[in-house]
Amino acid sequence: MTFDVATIRKDFPVLHRLVNDKPLVYLDSANTSQKPQVVIDALSHFMETGYAPINRSAYQLAAEATDAFEATRSALATFINAPKANEVVFTKNATEALNLVIMSWGRANLSAGDAVLLTHMEHHANIVPWHMLVAERGIQLRWVPLTSDGQLDLTNLDGLLKDVKAFSFTSMSNVLGTINPVQHLCAAAHKVGAIAIVDACQSVPHQPTDVQAWDADFAVFSSHKMCGPSGVGVLEAMPPFLGGGNMIADVRLDGFTTAEVPAKFEAGTPAIAEVVALGSAVKYLKDLGMNNVRQHEIELSTYVLNTLNARFGNDITIHGPTNPELRGATFSFAFRGIHPHDLSQVLDQTNVCVRAGHHCAKPLMKILGANATVRASFYLYNTTQEADALADALDSASDIF
Amino acid sequence: MAGLEDLYREIILDHYRTPRNRGELEAPAVSAEGHNPLCGDEIRIFIDVKDGLVSDVRFNGSGCSISQSSASMMTTAVKGKPVDQVRAIVKRFKQMMTIDEDENSAIDESINLGDLEALQGVVKFPVRIKCATLGWNTLLDALVESDK
Repeated sequence: MTFDVATIRKDFPVLHRLVNDKPLVYLDSANTSQKPQVVIDALSHFMETGYAPINRSAYQLAAEATDAFEATRSALATFINAPKANEVVFTKNATEALNLVIMSWGRANLSAGDAVLLTHMEHHANIVPWHMLVAERGIQLRWVPLTSDGQLDLTNLDGLLKDVKAFSFTSMSNVLGTINPVQHLCAAAHKVGAIAIVDACQSVPHQPTDVQAWDADFAVFSSHKMCGPSGVGVLEAMPPFLGGGNMIADVRLDGFTTAEVPAKFEAGTPAIAEVVALGSAVKYLKDLGMNNVRQHEIELSTYVLNTLNARFGNDITIHGPTNPELRGATFSFAFRGIHPHDLSQVLDQTNVCVRAGHHCAKPLMKILGANATVRASFYLYNTTQEADALADALDSASDIF
Repeated sequence: MAGLEDLYREIILDHYRTPRNRGELEAPAVSAEGHNPLCGDEIRIFIDVKDGLVSDVRFNGSGCSISQSSASMMTTAVKGKPVDQVRAIVKRFKQMMTIDEDENSAIDESINLGDLEALQGVVKFPVRIKCATLGWNTLLDALVESDK
């Protein structure tokens, strides 16, 4: 099918909502994405006709629910080209998935003095759990610095990787939009015997993903950023993180043995209906074609960069790569010295929804020399007209301050 | 819908553009630091308490127009006042911002908030209440420091 954004927008009911009699300009999809009607319908349809516990009860309704839940696991595995469906583990969100990997793998494999390599563009979810392991285990953290245009500075990568046990990095910066060379970074990690952990939250919704080509040991991402309700993918063998129902093979008075993956990492009742509906989101994206989504966002990125730079010149500083091929359509910027919080307030007057803040990446903010930025993030349903609406709204902000 | 003119009153923008009592104080003055984890705003309040009076007050840090102007207006409101009265002003201000912990406490009508009344419009923008009160909560922390 051809990628027609006007048709696609019809699939997203909330985009047709008027707020104070004006249309919404939703530019916060790096935060969380809107949902197409098929996902909303899948959620309510399952609640109405198929809801039941999974992996526990033997009656037909429960068996059907289990099948629907597992169908999403299979669809997701195909979507990211995971070798086997049982390497996909559902968690509450990507933050929990990163904690699962860092705590379970980390506690089993890291001891005092061991080094872990991160980058300066990580989300707090890929920093704070490591800091917790620093306190608990005495491991040391190293950091890949950035170039002046917001890419990873890999000139000393081999030096930084020396004796490193794990390299954990984002596939795409949630602040700068920078797309990282995941395959190259995984290979560099493996060359020194380190594992590679990829925070793929920002890239999976926006471009084709092949975790086998990446050769990542673990990859995490979130359903809610890819038109779905909730859930995450994780891979590989290690001790369990949460103990409880569903994750055990046997429990005795003196101990327990764990179930096989993925149940081993899925303690307790999961977000059943949400995972089922995620299956519809995956199908929706697959039908659109992730190459088409990526192409649309490259075109949008080109338009946004050209428009903002042409209209505002030196009054705007857009962080991150200037080449649309090297970035996603997520733009953090500083504008005429107006504080991001004030700027987003003014933009909200015309329903332009952006995020103002540190985007859960405070170390990166410090490197950018800012406490906060405004971030406009575009997705498959956004248009060039909405980029113009952003520019018009920015213009009006100067009148106040 | 509340208009921006309710939020960005001229007196607020004046304190934002020309902050009063911006800077630091040396020991024996004490200080406290406040953060708004949502937006990354940071503020540090310095107070010099002598003989039960807040004899001097300064603030620095970075933040939006509401957090900065509110802190600036706060310093002019509390400077030179007895600690008890400062606490009463803080309480009155938090009541105006609808975040006083004791919802049933009576409003002390004897306290005139003066220019601070301009910040009343912030209440129509609930997300910004935290901006307006950042400096005030940090002042309370600084008062605790000065008691040590």
